[in-house]
Amino acid sequence: MTHSPIDRAALRTPPGMARRIRGLSDRTIAWIFVAPTIFLLLAVNIFPLIWTIRLSFTNFRVNRPNNAVEWVGLENYRRILSDPDVWNTMQATAHFLIWTIVLQVLIGFTLAYLINKKFRGNDLWTTIIVFPMMLSPAVVGNFWTFLYQPQIGLFNYVVSFFTGIDPASFSMIGDVHLAPWAIVIADTWMWTPFVMLICLAGLRSIPDSIYEAAECDRASKLRQFWTITLPMALPFLMLAVLFRGIENFKMFDLVVQLTGGGPGNLTTLTSIDLKREAFEKWRTGYSSAYAVILFVTVFGLASIYVKALNKVKER
Amino acid sequence: MSFSVTEPSQRTKWFAGILVIGYAIITLVPLLWIIATGFKSPTDSIAYPPVVVFEPTLEGYVNLFTDRTRATEQMLEEAGPPTTWYEEIARERGTVITGQSRFGQRFMNSVIIGFGSTALCMILGTAAAYAFSRFRVPLKDDLLFFILSTRMMPPIAVAIPIFLMFRNLGLNDTHLGMILLYTAVNLSLSVWLLKGFIDEIPVEYEEAALIDGYTRFQAFYKVVLPQAATGIASTAIFCLIFAWNEYAFAVLLTSGTAQTAPPFIPTIIGTSGKDWPAVAAGATIFLVPVMVFTILLRKHLLRGITFGAVRK
Repeated sequence: MTHSPIDRAALRTPPGMARRIRGLSDRTIAWIFVAPTIFLLLAVNIFPLIWTIRLSFTNFRVNRPNNAVEWVGLENYRRILSDPDVWNTMQATAHFLIWTIVLQVLIGFTLAYLINKKFRGNDLWTTIIVFPMMLSPAVVGNFWTFLYQPQIGLFNYVVSFFTGIDPASFSMIGDVHLAPWAIVIADTWMWTPFVMLICLAGLRSIPDSIYEAAECDRASKLRQFWTITLPMALPFLMLAVLFRGIENFKMFDLVVQLTGGGPGNLTTLTSIDLKREAFEKWRTGYSSAYAVILFVTVFGLASIYVKALNKVKER
Repeated sequence: MSFSVTEPSQRTKWFAGILVIGYAIITLVPLLWIIATGFKSPTDSIAYPPVVVFEPTLEGYVNLFTDRTRATEQMLEEAGPPTTWYEEIARERGTVITGQSRFGQRFMNSVIIGFGSTALCMILGTAAAYAFSRFRVPLKDDLLFFILSTRMMPPIAVAIPIFLMFRNLGLNDTHLGMILLYTAVNLSLSVWLLKGFIDEIPVEYEEAALIDGYTRFQAFYKVVLPQAATGIASTAIFCLIFAWNEYAFAVLLTSGTAQTAPPFIPTIIGTSGKDWPAVAAGATIFLVPVMVFTILLRKHLLRGITFGAVRK
């Protein structure tokens, strides 16, 4: 029998100590393995969360550490919820959320459906389509401002090529009507592949035998699509919507680089607004309350949605 | 070939293929445009109509890596003729190179923080995932859900207290601080993914090893780790890509010594207006490695981006 270095070390270890090492119960090992992870998550995730909740009831400001910190109760929450600017931000976020999800689900599902026709080389093209979502949103978003430049931008050039509109006559980022769509287009370009991948997994999970049975029953292709493909892929579609919903509710990097929240406050999504309150105006207590409200909103909506998702899965 | 009713017809395949390839090309255009702009001269980069065929130059890359100043007659005399190819490029624009730009250092920061946090995350994550997979941990489901829910918070929301905490501990704008932060953010994803991978390894292998006299630790790293190697590698690439791309924490918590490339690249400006070729050059250097990793990852993509909720 050959001994590995570890075995040899074990053999040389005095019996008493060896028993202690070997004798570690599974329970102890489990704790040794889990503890560092839990500790780090507590320190970097939970402790800050509790701190945020605490700060949200005070008038603390980071840039005035010497001011007395006063307990203000629910004052911050009242001010946020009655602030029309916050509601405008919420509206901008809702517009962004709804349109990105609608477009991404439509395009993503169509692409997945087509890829599932298993034409030659579909793997290669799927990988190419996936590229945008793996890249840094900040770096890519910054470059999209270049594509959106009036006159010289590639995007404007392509639009004018197909429609004949003067490329210098419109600015995707500067125009009040176009800016909310500029971020929707860039986000759709970036994240459609995500929805596509999940839909593809859904479509591939449908067993061929069901379609064979449908063929025997002489169900038309259209009918097969509505009664087999769509219902069976639905849980996957809903999962994609959940992930995109949570991610885009948190959206910061792409949009802040693309429009910086402008023009005016039109594309100021909640995360961008929160960043301004917390790190530009330094209203720490106020922005903490803001953060809590956002977190509760995401968590609440996600929980309701997951319940619905589970119901669909059970069917 | 056997006949199957579910096999799409040749015509359908052609139709589907053409549409998908068409979309893929549209998707690629902005990326190809970034790469092309990196090799354009400033004039070409802002030409109207946009130029597709141009004389490639490395000016963007030279501008990215160097600091330059407008050359006076006296400076040119002192410096003598250009000795290197990059000095030559700078001279053609009437400038002299005065030193390295900060891009190289920012890029190295991205490398250090990315790989550092990935390594730490894999060590902690694999151990935790093994424990969750094999042992009865009290409150297991609650702990796992808690780990997952930490991903739902907007980064800006937790950034406020982390900023305060880091300031008190002297971790603001340090490599260590960013490594710890990214490790914690990535741990949730890694533990979920790795648990899935380890769950798939039959317990019998370890039981056999335990009967042969291995300790739990030995069974863990001699039996389980080699079996889970592919899963660990793909999880590691996911963590690396996340840390590599992360922007929100980086822009709030770093400004100098530990600043990574994503907050830095958008701040690159030239002497007259934005130097788009230099920005594009920086973006190219930064994005191309991720594309290579994406190709390596393609089999595990789905699992990674959905927290293991969807497996192919």
